[in-house]
Amino acid sequence: MEMPSPDPRIIAKKSRLVSLLQGVLPDEAVIHEPHETRAYECDALTAYKCPPLCVVLPGSTEEVAAVMRICHAEGVPVVPRGAGTSLAGGSLPTADSVVLGVSRLTDVLEADYRNRVIRVQTGRTNLSVTGAVEENDFFYAPDPSSQLACAIAGNIGMNSGGAHCLKYGVTTNNLLGVTMVLADGTVTQVGGAYMDAPGLDLLGVICGSEGQLGIVTEATLRILHKPEGARPVLMGFDSDEVAGECVSDIIKAGVLPVAIEFMDRPCIEATEDFAKAGYPMCEALLIVEVEGSPAEIDEQLAVILEIARRHDPVELRESKSPEESAAIWLGRKAAFGAMGQINDYMCLDGTIPVSALPLVLKRINELSRHYGLDVANVFHAGDGNMHPLILFDANKPGDLELCEAFGADILKLCVEVGGCLTGEHGVGIEKRDLMLDQYDPADLEAQMWVKDVFDPNWLLNPAKVFPLRVSAGRREASRAA
Amino acid sequence: MTPATEAELAEAVRSATAPLWIRGGGTRPVGNTAAEGAGTVLSTAGLSGVELYEPGALTLVVAAGTPLAEVERTLAAENQRLPFEPMDHRALLGTTGEPTIGGVAAANVSGPRRIQAGACRDSMIGLRFVDGQGQVLRNGGRVMKNVTGYDLVKLLAGSRGTLGVLTQVAFKVLPATAAQATVMIEGLSDASAVDAMCRALASPFEVSGAAHMPQGPDGTPLTLLRVEGFENSVKYRAGRLHEMLGALGPMRDEADPEASAALWKSVRDAEAFAGTPGDVWRLSVVPTEAAAIATRLGAGRLLYDWGGGLIWAELAPGTDLRARLGPFEGHATLVRASAETRKTLPVFQPEPAPLDRIAAGLRQRFDPRNLLNPGLMA
Repeated sequence: MEMPSPDPRIIAKKSRLVSLLQGVLPDEAVIHEPHETRAYECDALTAYKCPPLCVVLPGSTEEVAAVMRICHAEGVPVVPRGAGTSLAGGSLPTADSVVLGVSRLTDVLEADYRNRVIRVQTGRTNLSVTGAVEENDFFYAPDPSSQLACAIAGNIGMNSGGAHCLKYGVTTNNLLGVTMVLADGTVTQVGGAYMDAPGLDLLGVICGSEGQLGIVTEATLRILHKPEGARPVLMGFDSDEVAGECVSDIIKAGVLPVAIEFMDRPCIEATEDFAKAGYPMCEALLIVEVEGSPAEIDEQLAVILEIARRHDPVELRESKSPEESAAIWLGRKAAFGAMGQINDYMCLDGTIPVSALPLVLKRINELSRHYGLDVANVFHAGDGNMHPLILFDANKPGDLELCEAFGADILKLCVEVGGCLTGEHGVGIEKRDLMLDQYDPADLEAQMWVKDVFDPNWLLNPAKVFPLRVSAGRREASRAA
Repeated sequence: MTPATEAELAEAVRSATAPLWIRGGGTRPVGNTAAEGAGTVLSTAGLSGVELYEPGALTLVVAAGTPLAEVERTLAAENQRLPFEPMDHRALLGTTGEPTIGGVAAANVSGPRRIQAGACRDSMIGLRFVDGQGQVLRNGGRVMKNVTGYDLVKLLAGSRGTLGVLTQVAFKVLPATAAQATVMIEGLSDASAVDAMCRALASPFEVSGAAHMPQGPDGTPLTLLRVEGFENSVKYRAGRLHEMLGALGPMRDEADPEASAALWKSVRDAEAFAGTPGDVWRLSVVPTEAAAIATRLGAGRLLYDWGGGLIWAELAPGTDLRARLGPFEGHATLVRASAETRKTLPVFQPEPAPLDRIAAGLRQRFDPRNLLNPGLMA
């Protein structure tokens, strides 16, 4: 993956920059010794590493603003970082950048149950937002699988999703307001504990902008009362196609499950070896979960089971207890860990129209044979968000490149059938150079207009999202200035 | 001008030298229309028709000029619907014509179900539009989870034609529900009603509408809570709401689906203000502050929706509501007023300087010649 060459003039003034930053932050909040900056050299896309010039960990919005004013005045790129869990390289540094981490901004500012909102600093982890309101039976709905570790700042940057999006939506549907520090250090509020924007919906474009428009330090998030209960049902089918039809029929019947998860045979086999969840050995497995009171759950599951039976399932397992529910989820939740046991893997994130599922799985299998790499599929079937896991050996020369080529082919396939490159992980550097497969140059130009307005000098996370040659003119102009 | 194709529409914008006033069905003339004398009306009505509908994927792609009624009929045939229950502005604004789906999207028009299912912008997953230079651009797509690049779909939703002319919109749709019921509480003060609505919405009972009419159909206060879903579930949840709120005042249910739907249509369309003489303001507020804000307004007529988060208020023509109210968390839009009043009072809430600069910068980029609805949102 190509990254722009660092600006030697910025690297040359490192000591000046460090002392300026130390002037506005406590000493321990400016990390500049090479053996310490290395901890920030990558995120969860560990194939790519580069230690930054230095790292700052501000403890307040004011400190973030002071850092941004300095970087703006000095023309230094800033790479925002939440918890560093991006699978897309969203917080990969460059050697001439300051990494701005929000890990010290973890406070709950206000939990307001009557208005069903919580205001938090954005370094707080996703799961601990729910943790803060759980004792009152509330929760924050978006639940990316990294939710134990990932920060709200990164969730907003990537517009993160999760397994329960079909019913509750993704981050953008649950974000009501932010406090944001602009590239020049200006602090502004966008939105708040109310439901729509007065003018242009700036919040809507800030969410998912991958840290390229500003540093979000506080967020107002929608919280909900927990449902009275939830219960999954597991079904196995002897073809992908039938499983896909079953999903479509459930949705058409007017039931809106909170989650519909799909696993294919390679994935079932791997998780069985690892977690021994007792899954049936079949071509396709669905876990469908519904919510409500016990009677409401029964009513919905009756509809779902009736539909499933029409598709000749090889297995139909209804949970009768919390233990049985946990057993149904066990394998799915262990899927990624199971893959990690077998080998290194790359997790993709394309979305497809649900109707294209059988075709896409067939083509992925063909590609798997072509590249000689195994692939397993886990899939949020209700919303079409696929997660093919490509297995490779990082220690074998050429395997990573082969895996990346295979991954790129899968993502292009997603676009070809009417879907997109990324459903919830973001573009980062990983899918940056595929953007022209999904969009025309003019479409990307329109997206870059937004960055031009928010960040005229292109200093915020500059080498992400847009193919390097597409953003080259803007980045070079910024450097010349 | 009513171009018949997207290409013709793009050409019309490219060759324009004077302002273009973008119209869907022309039923929602909200905004500062003072400058509308000069220039040309550009209608999207020629771009009509459902382009893709996959009920099993909950996906609908439709040309922007398609009548809303046609969209709703198409969905109803598969027992599905637009989740956000778009308001029909015709009664309130005294307009005629056929609302279009593009107009709904361009004005981010949402109704009572916004509190549960999100706003129009939350259901929008893709669009095509023509920018101010006449380029055809697209963003998003036809899948409901998509974070590929910036979300211009949200930015264009509610931009009222000032950033681009929508030509095609893709939506995530939802199943229609089998049953609905409206739980009604009589005689509550505004403050108690807001309190009741907040409690209902903070319950696990999936309330899909929460409105309060200080003057209900018979002239006395009526608070409405809607539950939708499978029949037994609706009965169960209505019962639980009775248990929760029964101490507040006399309660009854409207279980007849048509009567229940009629009540929510009257809330959705702010029917209480149809044909009344005053200016009509729409306030987006923090729900628990709603009753206090309403008191400060001294309005002649009020309606609360979104559990208190949305207030409709009628004031004497020309009254500067924002001056009367002072600072509050939220914003106020002057939805109905004479053209003269709209010249003197901003229709949309003035924003903090940094956001104002960003909005102006975006308009300059997307419409550098300042031809698309110029000044409409100023």
